[in-house]
Amino acid sequence: MIQSALSGDMPRSRILSFLLLAIFLVLAFAPFLFSGSQPINTAAKICIFIVLVASYDLLLGYTGIVSFAHTMFFGIGGYGVGLALYGWGPTWTSAGLGLAIALVVGAVLAFVIGLLSLRVRAIFYAMITLAVASAFAILASQLSEYTGGEDGRSFRVPQLLRPGTVLFDLPALGLRIDGRILSYYLVFFSALLLLLAALRIVNSPFGRVLQAIRENDFRAEALGYNVVYYRTVANCLAAGMAVLAGAMSAIWVRYTGPDTTLSFAIMLDILLMVVIGGMGTLYGAVIGATLFILAQNYLQKLMAVASEATSALPLVPHLLHPDRWLLWLGVLFILSVYFFPSGIVGKLREMERGR
Amino acid sequence: MATTTLRPATDDLPKTPRDLLPVLIAPVLALAALPLIGSPTTWVTLTVAALAMGMMIFVIASGLTLIFGLMAVLNFGHGAFIAIGAYMPMTVLAPLSGWVQSDALSLNLAALLLAVIAAMIGTGVLGWAFERVIVRPVYGQHLKQILITMGGLIVAEQLIHVVWGGDQKPMPLPGGLRGAITIGDFALEKFRLLAVAVGLTVFIVMQLVLNRTKVGLLIRAGVENREMVEALGYRIRQLFVGVFIAGSALAGLGGTMWALYRETLTAAIGGDVMVLVFIVIIIGGLGSVGGCFLGAILVALMANYTGFLAPKIAVASNILLMVAILMWRPQGLYPVARR
Repeated sequence: MIQSALSGDMPRSRILSFLLLAIFLVLAFAPFLFSGSQPINTAAKICIFIVLVASYDLLLGYTGIVSFAHTMFFGIGGYGVGLALYGWGPTWTSAGLGLAIALVVGAVLAFVIGLLSLRVRAIFYAMITLAVASAFAILASQLSEYTGGEDGRSFRVPQLLRPGTVLFDLPALGLRIDGRILSYYLVFFSALLLLLAALRIVNSPFGRVLQAIRENDFRAEALGYNVVYYRTVANCLAAGMAVLAGAMSAIWVRYTGPDTTLSFAIMLDILLMVVIGGMGTLYGAVIGATLFILAQNYLQKLMAVASEATSALPLVPHLLHPDRWLLWLGVLFILSVYFFPSGIVGKLREMERGR
Repeated sequence: MATTTLRPATDDLPKTPRDLLPVLIAPVLALAALPLIGSPTTWVTLTVAALAMGMMIFVIASGLTLIFGLMAVLNFGHGAFIAIGAYMPMTVLAPLSGWVQSDALSLNLAALLLAVIAAMIGTGVLGWAFERVIVRPVYGQHLKQILITMGGLIVAEQLIHVVWGGDQKPMPLPGGLRGAITIGDFALEKFRLLAVAVGLTVFIVMQLVLNRTKVGLLIRAGVENREMVEALGYRIRQLFVGVFIAGSALAGLGGTMWALYRETLTAAIGGDVMVLVFIVIIIGGLGSVGGCFLGAILVALMANYTGFLAPKIAVASNILLMVAILMWRPQGLYPVARR
């Protein structure tokens, strides 16, 4: 059963299976395992980023397309749901309508950008998406009468998902099942379903063609596959998934703004997660996103301690300053592109094979 | 006996046809904007501002486009050189504050010259290191190149935070360069004129080097066909290292000018410009210096006119410009590299 749920794409490494199972169990029972709002926020963020990073891996790892516009689609999802809930009131209808509009806009945009630039070299596409995404981000903060500008928009979610809504108490666990926990599970199960769907896609004949294009687009074309068609469809699929991740994020955070959805910093984060976790395998997205977000939240605390401890030395405390955590992840990123381009997952599988 | 008359050897080779159509776009764009803007004084101010901005973008973009043309390396970390080029002068100008504050133009320019030299040496050395450590191991692998130069950008930007601190810094213009010269009704800001002069100088020197020296000949030949130049016995890699260093130093120069133009700087300063730079080199045709010059002017004109007419869509207008030009010439205005 697990075999078919994972579309036959097993982790193929004992350590990896263990890690994935651990991540799955912790995320599935996060509201029961931890108290306080920070751990559950972290768990929800991990779920959202797993989807976002997996959709990016569909492009980068499976099709070999470098796009810098992925946050644009993430933002379209966030703004679509967010502005709909803000403008048309906190009902399920407006959320659904907003999501539908966002999906259409995202797919059309991905289609147009793809048609314009996927015919040419990878580098061309990377540059064009970079330009388009930054123009979109600036546009979103300029059109402040619609989008709330730099401040973004805070909005109310449907009644059922509000923290004030108490469904029932679980006195045995000392826990109250409220709208917040319900929205966590909405995010969690959406993430799970989307990840399984993505696994389905990459392990289908269609996914194999994408990998063939990644390895050698010329040969794929010669075998009779219309490369532009496949690339464009992959682009639209990835965009749609990113839109859904954006919608999940909007529902969870109840806020949407340029810094949380559209900024280039998030694009870099996604890139780091994909590469460190492992390009070309969706489990890499899971591992990368989890590791990165844990590092984002907890590495800084560790670095603060280290920075304190070395405060007598010159420059070292600055290097270890908690705000500089991205420096070390950047170094890790470069090292992983050099030395283990298949990322953590690839390394683990290699170890398993070597045994 | 053959009666065919041999052509005398003194005959020149047929000239490559000159393609001047793209050059006309800039004046047409400028003239088309005049009735929309209305007042000629505003139009002149905007046009001069655009030319200044275009020159700065050109200085930054020219290195990038040559680096790409020669080795098909696209350095996404180019923005880091812009940022370092912007921060270096701050360090250099601090002890020279007397010169900067003074109203004497000669002292101002001397201080600026020192700052620019420092910036260019700094970014040049950094470019050498960047080429060695980051770019060299991944030649020919496009995907890895994009990723790894992006990683280099992240690390470099973070190191700027470590060395110079993260908050926004002021970057005052030297006293003698503030204000404007007025000719009749037209007010021309001094620094913008300086920027135009510097940009034009860089363009002319670059054209002379590329078209009149042996190194330039090799660079142009390398852009056209690398294997052939290598087969003739030239080490194009060494040439490339030189171009990479020069391109990085130019980015440093451009960064200094950009910071003075904006009068503030943050570690992310490179990122804002890079978007325009990418648009410029795509419009110009990857690898073409002339196309890059033209593209920079077009983008800057567009940005300044729409910034005045409809500020909210100023950025999107450049995307539209890019799309329009790519529809007309899918490889850019002056396509060079046939890869």
